[in-house]
Amino acid sequence: MMVNTFTTGNFEAEVLKSDVPVLVEFWATWCGPCQRVAPILEDLANDVKDLAKIGKLDVDEEYEIADELGIMSIPTIIVFKDGKVHQSTIGVQSKETLKKLLSL
Amino acid sequence: MIDVVIIGYGPAGISAGIYLKRQDVHPTIIGKDLGALEGYDDKVENYYGLVEPIYGKDLIQNGVDQAKNLGIKVITDSVISIKSVESHFEVVTTQTKYETKAILLATGKTRRTMKRTGFTQYRGKGISMCATCDGFFYRRKKVALIGCGAYMLHELEYLKKMTKDITIFTDGHPLKEAVDVPVVYDKIQKFSGTDKLTHIETTDQSYEVQGAFIAIGIPSSVEFASQMGVIIEKNNVIVDENYMTNVPGLFAAGDVIGGKLQIAKAVYDGMNAADAIYSYLHPKKSLVAK
Repeated sequence: MMVNTFTTGNFEAEVLKSDVPVLVEFWATWCGPCQRVAPILEDLANDVKDLAKIGKLDVDEEYEIADELGIMSIPTIIVFKDGKVHQSTIGVQSKETLKKLLSL
Repeated sequence: MIDVVIIGYGPAGISAGIYLKRQDVHPTIIGKDLGALEGYDDKVENYYGLVEPIYGKDLIQNGVDQAKNLGIKVITDSVISIKSVESHFEVVTTQTKYETKAILLATGKTRRTMKRTGFTQYRGKGISMCATCDGFFYRRKKVALIGCGAYMLHELEYLKKMTKDITIFTDGHPLKEAVDVPVVYDKIQKFSGTDKLTHIETTDQSYEVQGAFIAIGIPSSVEFASQMGVIIEKNNVIVDENYMTNVPGLFAAGDVIGGKLQIAKAVYDGMNAADAIYSYLHPKKSLVAK
């Protein structure tokens, strides 16, 4: 499994209408701590296989969605279930914590 | 380039320094004060070898003197930021700057929050602990920077790139660094707003703000670590079996990684972290028992 890239264009179809829980990291290229999240997400994506979707959204490129969700600190990680925010957390988290957020 | 900078000169930091020195690694130990035991009135009596109970601050001072006597560089200064630069680190203190291959965080643990109404509620909703992480979201907005010393000045320089509208709140403390932005000296009573922070209230005034950055005193190691992208859970820096965080070359030991908040445990951590740091610096050599 791979880490998805979510955009304004695919957010509704890929995240809000997903059949499985979706974990989204809100990040930016200039954000130092965010760079440390990438390997954790890759590892997580390999673990969860098709039980959940793992991806990230660039808050600079896709600011409409970040604004709508009131993202004011990155990295913010949000788990969406059935089109709604299920869990939300700020800062770098371990793979185990992210699995708990996904309730897996 | 220094091999390793140890931040904190309590039992974990000094022990790591002593064991590193024995492996011919020359650490620079930077501490700001005698740590958690400095203001501790009771004497320490549960540590091995103490014939008579001793004040915590005296025990810590003995450790510092012990390291100095062994020829280890021990400096009293305050670290205000750590940065990853390619494959090494830059440690900025109030007095100077160090380039180092590895870092050991052994600062002990103090949780730096502000015990004011609204602080927890608006954390991440207008209140930020890290200008470099969150400054971007406050471009051209009205922000408060809370602090009065070198750390505040460090954050101010960064925030100025994002917005011109910055007010310093010293929260009742005298200003220690000259600034060219407005300053409010009154003590902050509360943070208020809707779903986001909108105001900072002092006893007799309410200031409209869209963001508040906290830069009081000196950042804790949990803050350095989180700014570097280190995994933090329940206010503990998370390390692997080699005392290394998820940032290669950044190690942590003692109270800051959680577990028993005891001198014996901190000493044990420091010793083990020294071995792990040695192996990190010299991947091909094996440890010599000394």
